[in-house]
Amino acid sequence: MIEQRVVEPLQLFNAKKEPQFITGSEAVREAIRRANVEMAISYPITPQSESMHLVGDLFAEGYIKEYFRGENEFAVMSSIAGASMAGVRVFTATGGPGTLRAFEVFSTWAGARLPIVCAFMTRGINSPLTIQPDTIEMAFMLDTGILMLHAETAQDLHDMLLSSFMIAEQTEVHIPVGVFVDGFFVTHTRDKVNIAPADMKLPPYDPYSSPVPVMDMENVPFRQMRDPFVMKSNYVSYSAHASWQQEVMAAAERARKYINQYLGELIETENPDADILLIGSGTAVSQSREAMAIARSEGFNVGLVKIKSVRPFPAQEIKELVKHAKAVIVPEFNRVGWLAREIKSVAEETTKIVAGPRVYGGMTMPPEMILDEIRRTSV
Amino acid sequence: MIKSMFQISPGFEDIMPAEYLELIENGPFEKRVGVSDLGAFKELLEEHPLCAGCGLALSLRLILASLPNPEDTIIIGSTGCSALAFPQVALHNIHSLFGNQNAVASGVKRALNLRFPDKIKDVVVIAGDGATADIGLDMVLHSWFRQEKITTIMLDNEAYANTGGQESGMSPKGTVLNMAPKGKTFSKVSIPELAREAGCAYVASVNPAQPKKLEKAIVRGILAARELGPTYIQVFSPCPTNYKFKPNETISKVRLREKEGTYETKEFLSTEARELFARLEEEKK
Repeated sequence: MIEQRVVEPLQLFNAKKEPQFITGSEAVREAIRRANVEMAISYPITPQSESMHLVGDLFAEGYIKEYFRGENEFAVMSSIAGASMAGVRVFTATGGPGTLRAFEVFSTWAGARLPIVCAFMTRGINSPLTIQPDTIEMAFMLDTGILMLHAETAQDLHDMLLSSFMIAEQTEVHIPVGVFVDGFFVTHTRDKVNIAPADMKLPPYDPYSSPVPVMDMENVPFRQMRDPFVMKSNYVSYSAHASWQQEVMAAAERARKYINQYLGELIETENPDADILLIGSGTAVSQSREAMAIARSEGFNVGLVKIKSVRPFPAQEIKELVKHAKAVIVPEFNRVGWLAREIKSVAEETTKIVAGPRVYGGMTMPPEMILDEIRRTSV
Repeated sequence: MIKSMFQISPGFEDIMPAEYLELIENGPFEKRVGVSDLGAFKELLEEHPLCAGCGLALSLRLILASLPNPEDTIIIGSTGCSALAFPQVALHNIHSLFGNQNAVASGVKRALNLRFPDKIKDVVVIAGDGATADIGLDMVLHSWFRQEKITTIMLDNEAYANTGGQESGMSPKGTVLNMAPKGKTFSKVSIPELAREAGCAYVASVNPAQPKKLEKAIVRGILAARELGPTYIQVFSPCPTNYKFKPNETISKVRLREKEGTYETKEFLSTEARELFARLEEEKK
């Protein structure tokens, strides 16, 4: 283990970086190595397993103080919640069926205001059995209350993970962050990732910066509630629950400025004033970029919008971009087209939005599929 | 707990709730009180919202009065009747989801161990029979397999009571309850035996008709969990509402079942636990 020193987050993010040619899973390891994580809990599921093996190696080397394999994803996410409630910085990861197995827990993370960071290596959902790349689980996760970042590359994955701890732990945010990445396409391929020196790490988490009491019997309140609102049928009870949920949503909105601070804007654009805009997230952006290059060489006026933050959703930005485009194409790696729905929900003229092309079940998306849509919308 | 946490800022005494003032003046924190002192100190449970004659409410009062270290005890609960009482308990307590209490407790215990390596922090699970023996059984067992240093207490009312009286794994065979309209077809699940086989250092089955025995089991369960590994205590807590007996018959029901041999008190100590308790007794002298 390399002796590490705590540095300010921006000092770490802006440090002189060295390129490494590594897999997405290894990029997770390098982020967590520098994240000052105290406890991690793992459970195997393809294509996530390797990343948590590597996090286990960090534990063996001494970078993480506590690590174990739980009994299933529901239990792991519950144990992670317990550790977070007791005031330590935690990390875990899952994907596909694991995400759905644990599903009930995610809303409780947000509701309990836990700054948990979890990586989701997305994959298809049964049945029939599949282990292939697919982002459909993100559709289910949209309304759990957690923040959702979507990485395009291993570099994104690394940067988003490190930033997520800082975003999640702000007192006025203090809700979980899920960093989503397309399984296999990013986790199992090698790419150049620029990484800060290994002797730097993030500042530790201060549990008493939490907006809710840490469960340690070291901070107030411990007192009896008279007439607690749990399961009462009266206006005060309804209002307490409703206002709590509103506050979780407001916390997600307040995360925008920290996402801007640590990751740049919620979106990135190339040729944003073009007639035809390709809007995507994850590896669909890479395929769209290929398609854009070919299309522009053929004389089509095509631009690209990469959505990095799905929750909070860049509603105003997308609304403005769609307004100025003649057509919008939304390529996706899933059956339902959840990103197209999101875009349609904020756009004024939804008829110019092409909700596709879509591939799923593990298929790749050749740029030609997107080019076909570009040609079709240009007729 | 830092004692200074538990005081009122000067000038605010007159607006603080009466039960809070009482807790500060006469609560159980940093005192050695137990079930024999009930009535002489302010209990951690302020009233309760449960039914008249509820065996679970009585058991919970006794358990809370038995805690050897309330100022540094964190309770993990689960969904069920007891979840309604926990907001009225003056300890940090967690309700997460139905059945995940032992998984949550595993995380809490390990995290507190990292943050307070030199301090005793007792993590105690208190959940119902549905949460422990049915929906959460895998997580209960795995916390035992992993040798988590937590105490698991089951409040066994032999039914899903809060949801309207359905059969649980802990209902006796033949009992007619909702969702078992022709009577339960299989036997009461033997969790104490499972606990022993799964590696619990200390296992006991007790009831509120014998408060001193119950207290001893709770103290032993918590002390053994601190040093050795997981412990399990099952507390028979009959439900007058769903088993349809009079609220004043709760204790007699417990005694009857014990006499019949259908719900016996029992205790299992591992060799290590036996040695530990002998050493602690010796140290007391």
